[in-house]
Amino acid sequence: MDIVNEILEREQKKAEKYKPITVEKHLELEFDIGTLLACDTNDLDTKLLNSDKDVYLQSLTRDNTQLLLNKVWELPTERIEEAIVVRLPQPTTVLPRAKPVPKPKPLTKWQEFAKTKGITKKKKDKLQWDEQLQKWVPLFGFKKSAAEKEKNWLIEVPQNVDPMTDMYEKKASEKSEKVAKNELQRLKNIARAKKVKIPRVGLPVTSDKASATQLATATTVAKASTASLGKFQNKLPKEKEARGKGVHELIPGKERKRKAPVPTPAAEKESNLSLIDTILNKRPKIDMEKAVTKHINNEQVQRSEEKKSIKPSKGKGKGKGNATNFTAKKPKAGKGKRAPSKKNNGRKRR
Amino acid sequence: MPIIQRIKKPITRKGKKVLLSKEPKPIEGPKQCVFLQGRNPSERTRKLLKDIYDLKKPDAAYLSRKNDFVPFEDSSLIEKMCNKKEAALFGVGSHSKKRPHNIILGRTFDYGILDMIELGAESYKAMSEFHNMKVLSGLKPCLVFNGPAWDLNQDLKRLKSLFTDFFHREKVESIRLQGLEHVLSFAATDDGSIYFRSYKILLKKSGQRTPRIELEEIGPSIDFKLRRTKLASDDLYKEACRIPREVKPLTKKNISRDAFGSKLGRIHMGRQDINRLQTRKMKGLKKTPEEKKQMFLKKKKLRQAAKQAQNVTK
Repeated sequence: MDIVNEILEREQKKAEKYKPITVEKHLELEFDIGTLLACDTNDLDTKLLNSDKDVYLQSLTRDNTQLLLNKVWELPTERIEEAIVVRLPQPTTVLPRAKPVPKPKPLTKWQEFAKTKGITKKKKDKLQWDEQLQKWVPLFGFKKSAAEKEKNWLIEVPQNVDPMTDMYEKKASEKSEKVAKNELQRLKNIARAKKVKIPRVGLPVTSDKASATQLATATTVAKASTASLGKFQNKLPKEKEARGKGVHELIPGKERKRKAPVPTPAAEKESNLSLIDTILNKRPKIDMEKAVTKHINNEQVQRSEEKKSIKPSKGKGKGKGNATNFTAKKPKAGKGKRAPSKKNNGRKRR
Repeated sequence: MPIIQRIKKPITRKGKKVLLSKEPKPIEGPKQCVFLQGRNPSERTRKLLKDIYDLKKPDAAYLSRKNDFVPFEDSSLIEKMCNKKEAALFGVGSHSKKRPHNIILGRTFDYGILDMIELGAESYKAMSEFHNMKVLSGLKPCLVFNGPAWDLNQDLKRLKSLFTDFFHREKVESIRLQGLEHVLSFAATDDGSIYFRSYKILLKKSGQRTPRIELEEIGPSIDFKLRRTKLASDDLYKEACRIPREVKPLTKKNISRDAFGSKLGRIHMGRQDINRLQTRKMKGLKKTPEEKKQMFLKKKKLRQAAKQAQNVTK
């Protein structure tokens, strides 16, 4: 027993040597260990705050910090590069963001199409073997145009083309056209993503001569582009309206009609039967307003007829012409006879 | 996923990178801060802002030029500066007879003002007036809010959030125990005075694993008085506090833990067909050839009947 007592005494002495790490609080603090935040909702001691502010605040903060760090020291520790590190939990205080939550990227028209068709992007190699030059040529970028120049040191003029055309110039213009088209598509995609309405672009502007179909389309579109949608435009003999893919959409005032696919016999039968059902099951619609006005009108007619049939009582005729007699009939304009010389009495009708 | 939603394409690669870095991200880094001078800043406000700037240092910019503007009347300059410096927090100091030693602290959301709180520095003791060792810059401080007023008053509630936003630095996964050196203490009374104190933590032996804590004041020490406020509407604040889906922790369904800490899971099974269960085979239960024949005939009849029925319906 002596040994036990000795050990206990020694422990007590050791404990006395150090100051305590425990703190007494009336209300428990709220902690957010993730942000190293402690919130003390206990009332402040106003007397001490007025008399000895700095000392009081320091002692108060010390107690609260002790409580906070006690919590931190309880967390699981790790050893990273000779430093003891504590893994902090997720912070609970929600702070506002600096910028709004990012929205998902809107798909381009091609990406949408590829998604519906299940087309996936294929990775192309940056370098491709060129048989003619007998070397690896990049697909784009650095050294591509040099290789192209080397390859196209001579371009043959095809037979169906004017022999005096500059094929290099033609190639360059084709390329610039492609770039412009791509840029237009990019802008259209942006407009679509931002839901901006863009005007329809009629016919593609071409540097070359327009083809017969393009000209026909242009005339049809131009004719329909009046206020009356081309209703009163004269027609040439044997004139034909332009047809073809995408032409119909260009003509103003023409709604796009999609042809329904040929229905299967079963589906057709069902649709016809449902149509018959809807007709047979129809109930007469009740127009409440009309019904009510009709009813009121009927009542009024009835009442007026009743009044006509009841003879006016004799005694009451005495007070004719008296302004105070309200039961007397309202004077009416001269019935049937027109006497312009006589002044018509009664209500003035306008 | 970053998006550049603008009509003009960036010309250089570097320009593209800059634009991408300015794009909103699901997980944001530490908020940057701008400190501005208003109309006639007093010596005290300038020093005070400088001290706060020192506390916030790697994520802050101190602009020393005077600006002739009143943030509560026209905040466009602040919005412009925050846009330019990519900052979401700001502090403005000014001085006038009506509002002496005026400090405006605030934050922006999407380059527009979210909150703005005006504080008057009634008494101030700079960091340089405390002659002792300071803490290293860039440390994550502990924040202590004293007094019940922080939770009762609506303005102070928002101010508490603002102070946390200002000084919490960054969300971290783990922290070095020896690096816990700095405490910022905010005490609020009911009459609207706020006492801002900053201490260094001294870890003393306690005879246990957890150390005994002593504090040493290192400054700045400021007594603020709450003045005007301009707080965000609830809608805007809610929008600003939205947590993106990527960051939200996913909860695993049907897993729970009981009081003893053992993991419990609920599993959903399909229905078992007991009729087809293979039990013990016995010779006595086997079908005789006659029985088998009868079964076959029965099945055939059924099949024929089904076929006839189908024909009739057609």
